Amino acid sequence: MARAAVSGRLTWRVATVAGTRWETPTARTLVLDVPDWPGHLPGQHVDVRLTAPDGYRAQRSYSIASAWTGDGPVELTVQRLDDGEVSPYLTDEVTDGDQLELRGPVGGWFVWRPEQTAPVLLVAGGSGLVPLMAMIRARGAVRGRQPFRLICSVRTPRDLLYADELARRVRDDPGLDVRYVYTRQTPDGWPEPAKRISVATLNSHGWPPDFGPDCFVCGPTSFVETAADILVALGHDPRKIRTERFGGTA
Amino acid sequence: MGIISRGFGGRRRESRPELPPGQYLAHDFPVLSAGPTPRVPLDRWQFTVTTEIGAKQSWTWAEFQRLPAEDVTVDLHCVTKWSKLDTAWRGVSLDTLLADVETSADYTLVHAHGGYTTNVPLEDLLDGKAWVAYQYDGEDLAAEHGGPARLLVPHLYLWKSAKWVSGLQLLTEDEPGFWEEAGYHNYGDPWREQRYQGD
Amino acid sequence: MSMLDGNALAGDLREVFAADVTTALYTCGGCGHADVIATLHLWGPAPGQVARCPHCTDVVLRLVQTPDRLILDLRGTVRLEIPRAG
Repeated sequence: MARAAVSGRLTWRVATVAGTRWETPTARTLVLDVPDWPGHLPGQHVDVRLTAPDGYRAQRSYSIASAWTGDGPVELTVQRLDDGEVSPYLTDEVTDGDQLELRGPVGGWFVWRPEQTAPVLLVAGGSGLVPLMAMIRARGAVRGRQPFRLICSVRTPRDLLYADELARRVRDDPGLDVRYVYTRQTPDGWPEPAKRISVATLNSHGWPPDFGPDCFVCGPTSFVETAADILVALGHDPRKIRTERFGGTA
Repeated sequence: MGIISRGFGGRRRESRPELPPGQYLAHDFPVLSAGPTPRVPLDRWQFTVTTEIGAKQSWTWAEFQRLPAEDVTVDLHCVTKWSKLDTAWRGVSLDTLLADVETSADYTLVHAHGGYTTNVPLEDLLDGKAWVAYQYDGEDLAAEHGGPARLLVPHLYLWKSAKWVSGLQLLTEDEPGFWEEAGYHNYGDPWREQRYQGD
Repeated sequence: MSMLDGNALAGDLREVFAADVTTALYTCGGCGHADVIATLHLWGPAPGQVARCPHCTDVVLRLVQTPDRLILDLRGTVRLEIPRAG
C-alpha cells in the first residue's frame, strides 16, 4: 500500500461524488469513488482540478480525511472560504454523481504510518484537523495502541469537525485523548475562557519531550508557526515535529 | 482537456475588446507574492543607478521626494490574466532619474528589496514610458503593492514593474531576471501575449 | 496571499518525478541549511511557485507552469537527496 502510494508518475483521474455530508455549517465531506485508487497513507492529500466550460481551470489541494483499509471511497472534508473560488463550489454546488478531476494521493512527509510505535501528538488549527483525523481513523482501523493525543483549536463549538465521532473514539479507541481549545466562544460551562493555543496548553495536554513523541501540526500558517515554535521551546526535537500549512485562499 | 465541472464558473471573468488578448478585467487589485513582503524604513531607503562601468548615483528618500513628480493614469496587465484599467499613480519618471547618467548600455536589470530582479531594455524605460511610483490612488503606496516605491512600466506585463524597487543596473548585455530565468518571456509585451519563453 | 509549505508541491512534482520529491533532502545554495523539501516556505502559486529556505529565505526552487510545459528551476539548491521507494 505504501509502495503504491509513492511510485510512478501521476496523472489526473476522474472521481465520482458518491455522497456528501455536512460536518459543520461551513464544512462538507465529499465521499468520492475513485476507480483503481492505489491506497493512501493518513496525512496525504490530493489535488482537485475544476474546469469551467470556457476552459478556465482552478486547482487546489485538499487533505484526505478517511483512512484506507484496502477498498472503499476516498473522503475529503472541505472548509468553505466565503471569498474562495473553489471551496464554495465543493461545499455548496457539488452533488451526488458529479465528477471531479483528482490527482493523488501525494505527499510523503506529513504522514503517519501505523508501524510507527512512538506516542503521537496531533495539533490542529481549524480545518487542519482533516489530515490528523485520517491518522486517528487509521490507528482505529488497525486497533493501534500508540498513545495519541489531539489538541484541537477551533473558533466556536459550531466549528468542531467530527465532534460525535471523536467523542465515540475517545470512548472506544484505547489510548486516544482529545483536548479542545476555543479561540472565540466556548461551550456553556466550559472551565476556561476563549483563548489561543499557548505554552501552557501544549505543556499540559501534549506529551513531555522525554517521551519522544511524533508531533504533527496542521492549520493556517500563523497557527502552525506558533504551535511549532512552542513545541521547540518546550524541548521537543525539531526533527520530530512535522508541519503542514493551510492556505486561506482556496 | 479533461472533464467540465458541472456548474463551475470560477471567478467572474469579463473580457473586453480594449484589453490585450487573453486578459480579463479585474475590479480588485490582486496581490501576488513570491516571498515575504519587505518592510523598508524610509530613513534607509535608497534608489541607486549603477552604470556598466560601476559608476553609481543614489537618492535617499528625502532627495527622491524633491525630484519632480508626475501624476499618471495607466492600465495594468498581469501575466496571470487580470487587467486593471485607469489606475492613478504618482512617481518620478525614469527620464528624470537617468538624465545625468552617462551610459552606452542597451539593457537594464531592475533590483528590488527581497532579492527580486527583472530585466527591461533601457529604451523601454525612457521617453515617458516608466516611473518609480510612490503613490497609488492618492495614497502612499502600500507595502503589499510594492511600497514605499515600485517601478511602473505599464506597457509590459506587470512582473516587470518590480515592487519594492531599490535600483537599476545598466548592462551592455541582457541578463534575465527572477521570472525570466524561470520560464517567463524575456520582454513581456501583453499586446503580443508574450507570457512565456517562446511565445 | 499567504505562505504555504513544500507539502503543497507534492502533486505538481509528482507529474514530473516518479518518486515523491517532497521527502527529498535539499541543501540550500545560500546558507547550506539542509532539510526536506516539504519544509520549504512556499509562495505563489502565481506567476509561479517559489520555495524558499526557512532558515535564510533564499529561493531554493521555482516552478512555473505554462499551458504546455512545466519549468523547474533548482539553482537555489546545490544538492537533492531522494529516498528510494519501497
